[in-house]
Amino acid sequence: MDVLVSLPVVVPLLTAAVLAASSHFLARRADDIAGIAAAAATTGLSIALVVQSLDHDLVYWFGGWKPRHGLALGVAFDVEPLSAALAALAGLLATAVFVYAWRYFDEVGTLFHVLMLVFLAALCGFVLSGDLFNMFVFFELMSVCAYALVGYGIEAAPLQGAINFAVTNTVGSMFFLSGIALLYGRTGALNLAQIGRVLAGHGADGLVLVSFGLLLAGFLIKAGAVPFHFWLADAYAVAPVPVCVLLSGVMSDLGLHAIARIYWPVYSGVFGADAGSLRAVLVGAGVLTALVGGTMAFFERDLKRMLAFVTISQVGVFLAGVGLLTARGLAGSTLMVLASGLVKGALFLAVGILVSRAGSDDELRLRGIGRRQRLPFAAACFFAGGLLVAGLPPFAAFPGWALLVRSAGDVGYSWLPAVLALAAALAGGPVLRAAARVFLGWGDADDPLLSKEPSAGEDEPDVPSSRLSPPLLFGPPLALLLLAVAFGFVPGLAGHATGWATRFEDRPAHAAEVLAGKPPAPVRSSGEQAGAAAYGYGFASTAGALAVAAFGLYRRRLPGGVRRLGGRVLEPPVATLKALHSGVIGDYVAWLTFGAATLGGLVVLAIRG
Amino acid sequence: MSYLPYALAVWLFVVGLYGVVTSRNLIHLVVCLTVMQSSTYVLLLSIGYVNRATAPIFADVPRGTRAVDPVVQALTLTDVVVGVAVAALLLALSMQVQKHLGTTDPDELQQMHG
Repeated sequence: MDVLVSLPVVVPLLTAAVLAASSHFLARRADDIAGIAAAAATTGLSIALVVQSLDHDLVYWFGGWKPRHGLALGVAFDVEPLSAALAALAGLLATAVFVYAWRYFDEVGTLFHVLMLVFLAALCGFVLSGDLFNMFVFFELMSVCAYALVGYGIEAAPLQGAINFAVTNTVGSMFFLSGIALLYGRTGALNLAQIGRVLAGHGADGLVLVSFGLLLAGFLIKAGAVPFHFWLADAYAVAPVPVCVLLSGVMSDLGLHAIARIYWPVYSGVFGADAGSLRAVLVGAGVLTALVGGTMAFFERDLKRMLAFVTISQVGVFLAGVGLLTARGLAGSTLMVLASGLVKGALFLAVGILVSRAGSDDELRLRGIGRRQRLPFAAACFFAGGLLVAGLPPFAAFPGWALLVRSAGDVGYSWLPAVLALAAALAGGPVLRAAARVFLGWGDADDPLLSKEPSAGEDEPDVPSSRLSPPLLFGPPLALLLLAVAFGFVPGLAGHATGWATRFEDRPAHAAEVLAGKPPAPVRSSGEQAGAAAYGYGFASTAGALAVAAFGLYRRRLPGGVRRLGGRVLEPPVATLKALHSGVIGDYVAWLTFGAATLGGLVVLAIRG
Repeated sequence: MSYLPYALAVWLFVVGLYGVVTSRNLIHLVVCLTVMQSSTYVLLLSIGYVNRATAPIFADVPRGTRAVDPVVQALTLTDVVVGVAVAALLLALSMQVQKHLGTTDPDELQQMHG
């Protein structure tokens, strides 16, 4: 069964190599078929890994270099259900994208399929790896593929987004590598479990703190947490729609999963006593990200850029969940990542339908297009997607949300769900507003509060102008949406996920399992029932999102006094916030430096103070 | 083991960062990024360095010869490869910027804001 473990990486990577080598001899559509087959196989294999790893981790040592006397020299994949589920999400989204790309692009070239498959392999390798340097290699592979994919349509506009993306993320990977170097210097090990075992004997000295700060900054840059988020909106706004699906649905969230993957096996032993202060830092960063992302989404009219800010806002929510540093928080956050990855995928693909039918992704220019053209499926995706982003119970991300609410209460952060619900309302509102304006023609034709009209050239260059065959275009988003809705109804999922997360966070047992092959004690999965509070917050955030959408559409109909007062209070901070998103790479890197320094300082204060 | 290599790594990182933040030319920016990247090479190699030790090649040397750590050298090589790929991609993008917009000044690419 062991060989199964490496297949989610090997299958797409090999397919990509074969496609690249034989691209000149291939029959038409062979690349599409190969892409769909490889991505579907990766999905199936990852799901098989989830099932196989239900009771114990699957640890696979490449080349048979198993640890001797608890000393690991080889490189391992360490599979547990939460990671394997993320790999399955990546595979599923990639499959949907390949099906969609069949008709979405006229002339795309085999290179697109090759890059997407390598990207998929890197995503899977990154979540499954149990070795710090192996994680770095897959992290880099995924970054380089993503840079190339974002700039795939070489027009004027994608270039700036791709350059900003590549430069900021390269700085991020330098942080990551420096952190690895310091950890290796301290412990002489690269296997996560082994590093943790060596560190547990030491205290939390300066070097360990700095390495944690560097790794954290590197992962948060990839995730797009404030103030590292600037690249994300630029990159997603210009990337081809099919690429956005994987970037937004999986890549951002993998940065957060990596934080958990680093914290629990490596640092939880050393930092355990100060977990409370560290929790405050991570949750604080999450809340800030969630609110800034939601606010920026509200003032956006470019639909792709709006969804990019929705992604940032959700990353903030997930970061707060992971940052609670509890099993329930991690389980809840991962379940939310899985469900909302499907929702965001459906939303981006629906934007793609709009772009290919109407030639624009600008909310105001598209106003009322749904009345002139029949776009029932895109409309369904948008309205349902907006409600799911807002957190409508009991669908999609709701089981995860209920876990998060309960976990926040457990550690004394009972204010947290209310703030995160506000962020969800802010993120869901603009999507619903755009849906109402585009498909129903509601609201004003112009709104000066929204950002200026996107410059020409943002429209997709590769989109065919011919009549499109609908089923291949609306099938994938609809399927993703239905899966997301159904995800909320999987029986007992919350309890099982909490059990897996408990296993994930048990550092000594995990180390014994990886280094000595000792199976862990079975974890009883407690039955988790969503509390009344979770339903309350869920309905409140949905109602809030509807209110935000109505406010966005009919702001001008408010009484004059209220409007003027609101304008005076709202406009200056909003103008400042928007001015910060300048698009200039130097500013972004300066923010990134500032953020990394602040984060490092806070971590030192949290552990030492 | 002196602190000099670590100081050098920090220095390279900081000057490269200053260059990236203040750069007015994309080519210059990419070069500054490679300067930053080289700080990670110095850091890795100095972590694995052992005084009065040979290269980690164990042919033709007596048993028990001290050698520097080969793992960090492998890491450095991987890092160099990654750095080259990123630099090449960024330079290609910069050339496209020059071709389409007639400038290489990042401040003049004003399509992304708000």
